[in-house]
Amino acid sequence: MTEKFISIEGITKRFPAPGGGATTVFEDLWLAMRRGEFTCIIGHSGCGKTTVLNVLAGLDVPSEGTVIVDGQAIEGPSIDRAVIFQSHALLPWRSVMGNVVYAVASKWPRWARTDQEEQAQKFIDLVGLTGAEHKRPAELSGGMKQRVGIARALSIEPKIMLMDEPFSALDALTRGTLQDEVRRICMETGQTAFMITHDVDEAIYLADRIVMMSNGPGALFAEIVENPLPKDRKRTDFHKHPLYYGVRNHIIDFLITRSKNFAEEVASRGFDRRQVPVVRPLAPEPVIAADAGRELTSSASRPGLSRPTAAAASPGS
Amino acid sequence: MNLSVGMRAAVVSVAIFVAFMLAWHVATQGSGPVAQMDPEYAKLLGLTATQGKSAMPGPLDVGMKLWEHLQQPFYDKGPNDKGVGIQLAYSIARVGLGYLLAVAFAIPIGFLIGMSPLMSRALDPFIQVLKPISPLAWMPLALYTIKDSHLSSIFVIFICSVWPMMINTAFGVAAVRKEWLNVARTLEVGPLRRAFTIILPAAAPTILTGMRISIGIAWLVIVAAEMLVGGTGIGYFVWNEWNNLSITNVITAILLIGLVGMLLDQVLARLTRLVTFPE
Ligand SMILES: Nc1ncnc2c1ncn2[C@@H]1O[C@H](COP(=O)(O)OP(=O)(O)OP(=O)(O)O)[C@@H](O)[C@H]1O
Ligand SMILES: [Mg+2]
Repeated sequence: MTEKFISIEGITKRFPAPGGGATTVFEDLWLAMRRGEFTCIIGHSGCGKTTVLNVLAGLDVPSEGTVIVDGQAIEGPSIDRAVIFQSHALLPWRSVMGNVVYAVASKWPRWARTDQEEQAQKFIDLVGLTGAEHKRPAELSGGMKQRVGIARALSIEPKIMLMDEPFSALDALTRGTLQDEVRRICMETGQTAFMITHDVDEAIYLADRIVMMSNGPGALFAEIVENPLPKDRKRTDFHKHPLYYGVRNHIIDFLITRSKNFAEEVASRGFDRRQVPVVRPLAPEPVIAADAGRELTSSASRPGLSRPTAAAASPGS
Repeated sequence: MNLSVGMRAAVVSVAIFVAFMLAWHVATQGSGPVAQMDPEYAKLLGLTATQGKSAMPGPLDVGMKLWEHLQQPFYDKGPNDKGVGIQLAYSIARVGLGYLLAVAFAIPIGFLIGMSPLMSRALDPFIQVLKPISPLAWMPLALYTIKDSHLSSIFVIFICSVWPMMINTAFGVAAVRKEWLNVARTLEVGPLRRAFTIILPAAAPTILTGMRISIGIAWLVIVAAEMLVGGTGIGYFVWNEWNNLSITNVITAILLIGLVGMLLDQVLARLTRLVTFPE
């Protein structure tokens, strides 16, 4: 890890359980993100992804641990960290334009109203909502609402984008266009992005690194998959890349089998939470990159052989 | 018939109205036994006792009286004989003043209660005790301390309008969706701007509902308050006409009180619709 722009340091989140005591959603998570890096997080529903994102946003306080951004522990939300909410969170009494302008006016309160509207219009056009500026959120479809949320987050030109399943309610065509736009904006502006998704292809297309989270309660960051596809991949043909299936199979294998029993896996071979294993799947079989020296137990319980033994790892690293 | 529900409802309403008017008319036609007596004495006793005529006016009497009042609503012939328009204006002015004072007081306090769990708990016992007190119970205290019947009735209106507005405001403010507040937080919106651009619009429908309940209560209370303190106002008018035994005037006033109450309610309903947002 050369530079830690965002560093999650040992965060734990507990909620009071109904019958007294507490449920631990996740425990002692460590993760570092470089500036300009695009990180996707994948895991089953309810494992605590949104909670991690809220902690990063400063909206939620972890029970233990801290998050350091640019050398400073975060203390509450910041306009430099834009959030795209899973639930859209549009203000229903404002129009589409009103919602986006609200964000623009918060970032640049001294701008003239016309300049603020011009900035908002630029991003409304970008997400393809031209002509719907004066509609209220209640008059929009789920996908259109989500696009307003995206426009609102992009319009303030943040340093960090935190996205909670931003494309989940969209049709394939719109989703593709917006993925392209978000990717383009992130690359052009050197945006650091953190995105939750359930869509493996989306993660492979967008992310530099994919963090896989095991099931809760007591969820943990199980593995980091480094995306081996070239940075200039195109949405139209990235799935034809020779390394694509290796990555995809590895992730799907994790989601289907390993995420459930990850606690056993940890128990059987030991696990350093501060050094989450980094895997760089190279076709035809994925290869451990950073974790190469570690002794690994046999992978008999994992069909598809997504993780090689330590001996097979050396050629890739 | 292919009439819409609205049209059919209107037909039924008219039918009920006509039936009621007819029944009223017939019921007040009644002629009891006609007494034979000295004409001078009969004149003193009035038609009710002598001609068997019902003391209850019929709809035609009331209609004529109403027409008479509407012809000349604003005359002023001394303290006991003012046009019904003037009396209504007095009542509306009192309600308006007391109500506006209550708005100015209840909404900020309601905001405070809604935003601060501490203040909510701290003020709760006071509200719980003060709210169920009949507003008229304050009247003697008000008359004693304020020493002015006009101001005292304004105070009574204030005290009865405050509670629904305060409670609804507190509830509306406390129930603002967390995600909207989170939007404000991630945009680093300051507390004042947040209050006016997030909390107020989000809670406005609930606040207006409280204001609508309050105006209804205020209009109920003003009639009773004016009966108590006398002088002017539609409540005083009703009581004065009762003392004059003019049931026709009493019924006319009742009708007008109902109409004005409906108008006040409609104004608030219109305002509520303006601030309500679909989700
Ligand atoms: N306020 C709360 N009180 C108690 N438990 C909570 C609270 N918020 C979240 N949880 C619990 O924390 C866990 C993680 O929730 P979270 O919303 O982070 O899941 P998620 O991974 O984002 O799921 P999804 O993919 O469905 O969005 C869930 O099991 C949920 O029940
Ligand atoms: Mg979630």
